[in-house]
Amino acid sequence: MATATAPKFADVKVGDELKPLVLPPISRHQLALYCGGSGDHNPIHVDLDFARKFGFKDVFAHGMLSMAFLGRLVTSWVPQKQVRGLGTRFTSITWVGDVITVSGKVTGKREKDGEKLVDLEVKCTNQNGQDTLQGTATVALN
Amino acid sequence: MELDKKLIGHEFEPFTATVEAGKIKLFCKAIGEEDPIYSDEAAAKAAGYRGITAPLTFLRALQADDPNKGGLLRLLNVDIGLILHGEQHFEYYAPVVVGDVVTCQEKVVDIYDKKGGALWFVVQEMEMKDQAGKLLAKGRGVTVVRNPDAAKK
Repeated sequence: MATATAPKFADVKVGDELKPLVLPPISRHQLALYCGGSGDHNPIHVDLDFARKFGFKDVFAHGMLSMAFLGRLVTSWVPQKQVRGLGTRFTSITWVGDVITVSGKVTGKREKDGEKLVDLEVKCTNQNGQDTLQGTATVALN
Repeated sequence: MELDKKLIGHEFEPFTATVEAGKIKLFCKAIGEEDPIYSDEAAAKAAGYRGITAPLTFLRALQADDPNKGGLLRLLNVDIGLILHGEQHFEYYAPVVVGDVVTCQEKVVDIYDKKGGALWFVVQEMEMKDQAGKLLAKGRGVTVVRNPDAAKK
């Protein structure tokens, strides 16, 4: 994906929706890659025996993997250097095989410290329509 | 299991992490990120960055460089199989690029329980500064600890 070209502050309206990102099903391979790539070596995400020992039916995705998807959505809309904040609650577990859709919409426009800021609601939703992450982002536009 | 609220205010030993291109490359492969600003220095500079840029949430991956990694679990005396990530928030002040030497300082700012002690929440805040002492980002994370005793009741 090429680097995003930011929309203009004046052109953005509350309620505008970002183009959603539909991801390939979460695979064990992806969790192994994220284990290495993030340095989060918690075995609960890659070792089925360990996950079962702690009461889970299977391994499950790192919350931060899904948060990275929120980041991808935001930086597909504006260049990363214009992102001022990204935050989320992890509201339900993302399992192997889940198909995650990442969506976002504009919830507010304001000015702070001389910057024109746009607030977004961003979320990850699984194939059953359940939100797995409910987050917010703030970006600066010209 | 009960967590010790006296640990509120605990400050971890600061550590430094050098931002490396190879780590960003693997991170991007794992998350499906293909923008060249995360892999190609010329593309990153053409887009207005100082160098190959760390993705927004890569900042959390810098914690893997903490020589006392796992310090929170040792402090709380909690097994890694019992924790879940509850929340994560970042405020960004400047992009982090390859070659930056980032100093990370973390502290525990709150500990509380819900559902009669079945779940415990540990709130941590983190500041990240570059080699010149300039603030790059602030982080706030919530770790959820599942109380193994609650299931036995």
